[in-house]
Amino acid sequence: MRRFVLAGLAASLMLGPIALDAAKAAPAPAELLNVSYDPTRELYRSIDDAFAAQWKAKTGQQVTIRQSHGGSGAQARSVIEGAPADVVTLALGYDIDSIADKAKLLPTNWQKRLPHNSTPYFSTIVFLVRKGNPKGIHDWGDLIKPGVQVITPNPKTSGGARWNYLAAWGYAKKTYGTDDKVRDYMVKLFRNVPVLDSGARGATTTFVQRGQGDVLLAWENEAFLAVNELGKGKFDIVVPSVSIKAEPPVALVDANVDRKGTRKVAEAYLQYLYTRPAQEIIAKNYYRPIDPVVAAKTAARFPRLQLFTIDRNFGGWARAQAAHFADGGSFDQVFAAAKR
Amino acid sequence: MPGLHLTLGMTLLWLGLLVLLPMAAVIARSLGLGPRHFAEVAFSARALAAYRLSFGAALLAAAINAVFGFGIAWVLTRYQFPGKRLASALVDLPFALPTAVAGIALTAIYANTGIIGRPLAAIGIHIAYKPAGVVLALIFIGLPFVVRTVEPVLADLPKDIEEAAATLGASRLAIFARVLLPEVAPALLTGFALAFARGVGEYGSVIFIAGNMPFVSEIAPLLIVTQLEQFDYEGATAIAAVMLAISFAMLAVINFIQARERHWRDGGR
Repeated sequence: MRRFVLAGLAASLMLGPIALDAAKAAPAPAELLNVSYDPTRELYRSIDDAFAAQWKAKTGQQVTIRQSHGGSGAQARSVIEGAPADVVTLALGYDIDSIADKAKLLPTNWQKRLPHNSTPYFSTIVFLVRKGNPKGIHDWGDLIKPGVQVITPNPKTSGGARWNYLAAWGYAKKTYGTDDKVRDYMVKLFRNVPVLDSGARGATTTFVQRGQGDVLLAWENEAFLAVNELGKGKFDIVVPSVSIKAEPPVALVDANVDRKGTRKVAEAYLQYLYTRPAQEIIAKNYYRPIDPVVAAKTAARFPRLQLFTIDRNFGGWARAQAAHFADGGSFDQVFAAAKR
Repeated sequence: MPGLHLTLGMTLLWLGLLVLLPMAAVIARSLGLGPRHFAEVAFSARALAAYRLSFGAALLAAAINAVFGFGIAWVLTRYQFPGKRLASALVDLPFALPTAVAGIALTAIYANTGIIGRPLAAIGIHIAYKPAGVVLALIFIGLPFVVRTVEPVLADLPKDIEEAAATLGASRLAIFARVLLPEVAPALLTGFALAFARGVGEYGSVIFIAGNMPFVSEIAPLLIVTQLEQFDYEGATAIAAVMLAISFAMLAVINFIQARERHWRDGGR
């Protein structure tokens, strides 16, 4: 009897380190929450699977990524109010700035921490029209013709709509020059808007499923999705002469990852977005990749057009937000004038 | 009376925690704005248009429900017909259905591609994405309130008093106006008030069908949400406080009418 005990003791002494090694090789599973904006559902579903597989192969750790989607502003608010997001991937920098300013969950210089202004992909704003383009819409100037109905969500609640609004503004500025004439253009544009949805997905539904309007101002990725999947053969994409470079950034939420002990895997997740496999998934989901090799390979699917940027043409998001979308800003003025 | 202290204590605690405390928080937060800023936000042209739509549409919908809900309650209590159980269950559907589902379904049907919207659009009537859409959604969600409050009163009403009135030579209209209606009026008013109150606060079903255009088809609850999305919590609570005040005043008026009416019926002293 005693011999068995001794043997067992010896065996466990010998096996102990091996067992410990095994524990090191298979650490406790981790869970990340990615709080994202409205149209990225399909994108992150693919990315999350690919990242989890890659992370498991590299570290042996099982990682599950939970997703939350909604209007970008509402999503930022939920993080401010305590949603335990490890990473945020929102429609525009201003919403992540708000999380940094109001809740201090990440440093205000967050956008400097990852390459390309923390923007692993970009997109632009294009027009989606009904098959054959019956109203002959080719550029921003056609949107203010009488009898054309334009669908765009409410820029107060939708990140995508803010890009739409600034894209139109940028076109008008380039075409008409003075601010008064730009405002005229915007008033005429919003006279042609019959419905204001609160988010980009809602606007797509209104245009595609409810048959409202002649043209939808949309994220390029959302327009491709509508053309290729939602209503095959029922819509055309029209690429205007100029548009805006829409940059949806990503950021680590420091306070949350440190509390949950997920910093390492969350950082790896964001860095993974810049790798070639992720960039290929990004291009496949109709977002424009920043990796030059992937961009060259998929150039045929993304038409070239002149893009202005939020930093160069609008002085950054903080200024654009205050000038255009705050209470009493240009959008409120345009709208008050448009209803008359 | 047994258990008075216990149940009274429970009632006060419950109302205090669940109703009074959140309301007080809304008002306290909105006061943080200062009177000038409060007035600017709560009484802007856009906010006024939103109150007008929210309260106007809720009143109209409740009035329409009072008429047709009464009719449905009458049929359900007085007649036997095949499928009556099913009809009765259908009345409750708006209670049970998630309001977003109701909004999406109504929009799908009444948009000018939908099965009702298309023929209506052909004759120039548009409901979805117009203020009429708001009224439609509020009629939908308010209907069961009227039917379910009127129904038990009608069921308790003995049939003989109508027969007695008839034998005394009263016309059908007179029976309705002078025998039935006075009996049912308090319940009808309660149903109306409930449907109205529900309609004022309704958000989920309305935003899908309203069109949400500022000054035209934007309801006050949406304006509150919009303020929140701009991180303007004080602005949101200011609008909420105004809605609270108007709702409270209107419910108080309805209660007063009911009390007067009861007083008058009980002998008028």
